[in-house]
Parts: sequence; C-alpha cells; structure tokens
Amino acid sequence: MTTKDRVPAVDGWFTLDDADPRLLGNRCTRCGSYFFPKASGFCRNPGCDGTEFDEVPLSNRGTIWSFTTNHYAPPAPYVAADPFEPFSVAAVELPEEKMVVLGQIADGVDPAALRVGDEVQLTLGTLVEDDEHEYVVWKWKPIEGARADG
Amino acid sequence: MADHDVAVLGVGMHPWGKWGRNFVEYGIEASRAALADAGLDWSDIQFVSGADTIRNGYPGYVSGATFAQALGWQGAPVASSYAACASGATALNAARAQILSGLCDVALVVGADTTPKGFLAPTAGERGDDPDWLRFRLLGATNPTYFALYARRRMELFGATPADFAKVKVKNAAHGLSNPNARYRKAVTEEEVMASPVVAEPLRLLDICATSDGAAAVVVSSMDYAKRKGVTAPVRVAAISTVTPSYPNTVIEMPDFATDSATAVPAGPVTFRDAIAHQAYAEAGLGPDDLDVAEVYDLSTALELDWYENIGLCGPGEAEKLVHDGATTVGGRIPVNPSGGLACFGEAVPAQALAQVCEIAWQLRGDAGDRQVEGAKVGLTVNQGLFGHGSSVILTR
Repeated sequence: MTTKDRVPAVDGWFTLDDADPRLLGNRCTRCGSYFFPKASGFCRNPGCDGTEFDEVPLSNRGTIWSFTTNHYAPPAPYVAADPFEPFSVAAVELPEEKMVVLGQIADGVDPAALRVGDEVQLTLGTLVEDDEHEYVVWKWKPIEGARADG
Repeated sequence: MADHDVAVLGVGMHPWGKWGRNFVEYGIEASRAALADAGLDWSDIQFVSGADTIRNGYPGYVSGATFAQALGWQGAPVASSYAACASGATALNAARAQILSGLCDVALVVGADTTPKGFLAPTAGERGDDPDWLRFRLLGATNPTYFALYARRRMELFGATPADFAKVKVKNAAHGLSNPNARYRKAVTEEEVMASPVVAEPLRLLDICATSDGAAAVVVSSMDYAKRKGVTAPVRVAAISTVTPSYPNTVIEMPDFATDSATAVPAGPVTFRDAIAHQAYAEAGLGPDDLDVAEVYDLSTALELDWYENIGLCGPGEAEKLVHDGATTVGGRIPVNPSGGLACFGEAVPAQALAQVCEIAWQLRGDAGDRQVEGAKVGLTVNQGLFGHGSSVILTR
C-alpha cells in the first residue's frame, strides 16, 4: 500500500499539524481586528486606516453557535463521496477573536449528539482523495465531556 | 417625505415555473404586461433598468440592454444592476433616482431568470479567489446549509420547532392557491412538510424554496407624469432601502467562512437584516404599526419567522405565536406573503424583489383577487441575498 501525499485543500488557511492544527487568520497591527480568511491591503474596520497585518493562529477551541447536516450532495466544485454520505457543518464562536467560523464536523461524529453551546476543538480531516493525494481540510470535533449542563 | 415619491403606473409578470426557455422571453412578456397595465407604449419609456442574471451568460450581465434590444431599440438610456437577491430593488432604485433627479419622467424596470435544476451553484472553473466557489469546495456549504444554521439557532434561542416552521409553509401554500403567477398551487399540510425529505437539518424539502424561471416588470414615473396621464391616486414608492451591513457584521452570511470580529469595535444592537427594513421605515416616515401587508423573503420557512422580528411585527422570539394565531394569514392582523411567497414561487433571483413589488402594488390597488388583504394602504417588501445585499421597498396608496 502506497501512502498518498497529504496536502492542504487550500493553501495558507490552516497549519498541517496533526497534534495542534490551527486556522491561520491575521490581525490588523493598528486596531487589533481579526480576519479569517486573511485580509490584505486595507483593514476592514471602517474606523481604522491600518494596512499591515500579523498572521496569527486562531483559537483552536470554540463553542457551537449552530450546526446542520446536509443530506443531499452539494454541487461542484464540492467533490461528494460516492455513494453520498451526509455530512455536518458547524458555525463555531471563537471567544477570544469574537467571531464565528464555519467548518465541517469531523467524520464519525453523530450529529444527533451535538448541541448549540457545545465546546469543540479544531482537527484535520480528509476533504477528498484522488489517486496520489489526500486533500486535507480543517474540521471541528466535540470535546468529550465538555458540555456544561451534562 | 412625499416629495420623494414616484408612481407605480403598471406591474406585470411572466408566471414562475421551470419552463426551460430563454430568460429574455420571460422578461419581454412581463414588460409588455406592465406596459399594458400602465396604458403606455414601449416607445413612451425614457429609461430602461434591468436586473441582471449571472446564470445566462453575457446577455444576463447587460440585462437592461438585452431587454431593450428584444423590445426593439428605441434609444432610451439603459442601466443594468446586479445585487444578488436585491437586484430587482436596486434596478428599481436606479430608475427612481433618474426620475427624482428630473433626468426622465417614466422608466421600465425588469428582471428575469432561467435557473438550472437543484442547488444554486457557483460560477464554474477553478476560482480559488472567489469565496462563493470556495464555500462549496471546502465546506460543501450550499445556500440551505446557511438557512439551516439560522433555523437551528432559532430553535435554540426561542424553542422553535419543526412544526412551527411547517405552519409557515401551510399558510403560504394556502395563500398561493389561486395566484396565477405562482409555480406551486397546491394546499400542503403540516404532516406533509414534516414527512418531506430532510435537506439540511432541521429543514426539509418543503421548508426550502425551489429555484425557478420567471420575470417581473414595473413601470414607474414621476408624480407629475402620472397626473398628466390622468392617474389621480397611483400606488407610490415611498421608500427603497438597499443598505449594506455595518461593521462588525456578527451574523454568518453567504458566502462567508466567518463573521467579522467584534474585538476592535463592539457589535451594535441592530443586525443587518434589521437595518434593511429600518432604513425603509425611516425614509418613508412610517413604522411597523402602519403596515397592512408585507412580502418577506422566505428562502426557508424558518427565515420567514426571523423576518417578522427583523421588520418589527413582533419582538424576538414572538414570531411563532404570530403564525400560530393566524396574524400573518390573509384576514389576520398583518398578512405576510399573500402572494404565496417563495414557498409558492421558488426563487428567480433578479425577478424576485420586483415580484414582491408587483404583489404589493396589486394588493394596494385591490386587484389581488382571492388573496386580497382588505383595505390595504401600506405594504412593505424585504429581502436579503449574499455578499451584503438586501433591500426593502415601501409602497403606499
């Protein structure tokens, strides 16, 4: 069995570090606003004239703002599994950055067990494979036992 | 601000459906219907304002000229607008600006679309710098994915249930039964909605609007021109809002991967969806209590409930009660989507905001037949699309 090349499905949006993957955003050096995906050129805060940004890893934990499970295959350019398997997408609030970021829910997670407010952690997962490559993307996975109300 | 009013002299549509013909044919039929309704000839039109479709090649990007050529070149200046779901209202606003500035007296506004079956998809090709392409590629996030995130949020915040969502579909289906321009004219039960296939949990097939072919057109003029034509009490456009969001926009929206960050600037009390209607009310000098009827953008059943709150019909979390009590049914306190809404039409993007205006115009004229809201004098339309577009139009009579 040959090992496929693991490559990010998009360049520069996240680190390919299995132990502690991070989304890569940036932050205006003048007003401190965070951006994901990274802003370029000019700060989007209308009250700021900043033009320089520091690349920053975003928090790797957040809480579920909302989530859904897609039961029909999305159109191209999504490459759906054949046969299609439903997959879930979550909107996750990052408390430090005060923003909500989307991501698929990690494979194997039962969406019926998810609740809004659950704490989740960033992980890496397969988006799609071809003969030579495994294209990797960020996903969210629940933190076991993290639900406040049990 | 009555000195900012323009008159709606005529409205017309091509029925919604999945006809599979060229969008220009629909646009022409709607234009001719609106001209006939206004009692005007095409040669009378002094400005043509098209709402663009991005799914039909170059003719769709220059829709104003496309329609002008198909109706027969007659020299009128032209504009074409694209603003996602708000395209029709943006085109209407372009025409209104021409009229209010005195550059023309009477204008034709028209939008039409032919849509493919299934999910709306991004522009083809390898488009790694296009967030609309990337959200499909990296997340598989269809439009219903976003609608479902809002629906689940509503369930979490307010205890809404799938049965509440189904009641919206039942109401709209009943409203659209006799609307000759609606694509779906069939009564639906709560049980049927809740037994339809799940598309994006918690939303089912009958909770989500289809994509359709269709066209709508509006003839607008100065109040003086209307008077000269002997129209003494026309429907008036009292306000058109096409506001963009205010930073930081903290609600996740199509086609974005993330919201703005509220670290440097705290989020304000008014969401983007709220602001769309607020601006229209402010311009018209009216408020929610003045409304007799509304057409809101029910891309999903749950989203219609959000709109009740965004346009001020009730407070946060009270929308379910409105639909339960029949307040938003024709005959109720404030009927919403008497046309049947997107639930009965499906979405024909550049025509849809104009279709909302057509319905309110018919309602204020008393021409809405079985779905008439008795004595309606003030009506509001509202919608939201992707990339920070939204619109609201207030009509009065």
